[in-house]
Amino acid sequence: MKISVNGFHKAFDSRIRLVLMSILAVNDRIDFNSLKEYLEVTDGNLASHLKALEKEEFIMVEKSFVGKKPNTKYSLTKEGKTAFADHLKALEKLIETQKNQP
Amino acid sequence: MEAEKDYTRDIAEIRSMMERSSKFMSLSGWAGIMAGIYALAGALIAWKVFDFNPDELFYKNPGPGSGFRNVFLLSGLILVLALATSIFDSFLRAKKRGEKAWNVLSRRLIANMSAPLVSGGILILVLIAYGLIGLVAPLTLIFYGLALYNAGNFTFNEVRILGIVQITLGLISLHMIQYGLLIWAVGFGLAHIVYGIYMHYKH
Repeated sequence: MKISVNGFHKAFDSRIRLVLMSILAVNDRIDFNSLKEYLEVTDGNLASHLKALEKEEFIMVEKSFVGKKPNTKYSLTKEGKTAFADHLKALEKLIETQKNQP
Repeated sequence: MEAEKDYTRDIAEIRSMMERSSKFMSLSGWAGIMAGIYALAGALIAWKVFDFNPDELFYKNPGPGSGFRNVFLLSGLILVLALATSIFDSFLRAKKRGEKAWNVLSRRLIANMSAPLVSGGILILVLIAYGLIGLVAPLTLIFYGLALYNAGNFTFNEVRILGIVQITLGLISLHMIQYGLLIWAVGFGLAHIVYGIYMHYKH
């Protein structure tokens, strides 16, 4: 799925994945439950989107335990940061060119 | 044109999510206004009822029985009232937005505020024990201002400006010990109320 056209990355087609990247871009590390609170999606849905981003090597996963509860934390990789920044640039460019058209 | 709308919405969503996930936004102007009112009432009671208006740096006997104890208890009460109001208010705001008030963001905000507040608080208690009553008002303003300045990174930017105002008032009042209580009332009372009204209309 490593397709990118003019900086647009296929992985960010989904709104949830785009929002996930936005949250991770401004937080060093964030846990599963906090992400769930922002996105208002089900556990399974969120997990599958996170898995997709992990497969692209855009995010890092750290698993640990708080007592007996699993506590998984996510953070952006260098690749993830670059890809997201490129995606934003491409978005801006596109809007700019559309604005200039009559 | 349909596509443009979509991309603009994408950008708007990215921006709002970045802010929402990195800053604690469940603070309202109301909490600021209420804190200001408590502070003004407290300053007035301290001045009129307990006849507290230090005009010198040093008081020889600030211990029990000097009337200072009442002022001490009064300031504790104001602090508890102001804290309770803002916690309650944050709780309601967060609930309205379907978020939790006690989350990563509020923890980060509190952790960053408590370093200047706790160190300042302990310093002030020690100075009170030494009888340096005149320094209490300026130093509470300065350390509270530092805490707010820090907090500005983790909540609304305007909090940082409120912090600068408090620090400035604190430094000014160091040079005018006789106006300590008045300047304290301006900082904790008036500045909070002005800030609260501004935030209430802006957000």
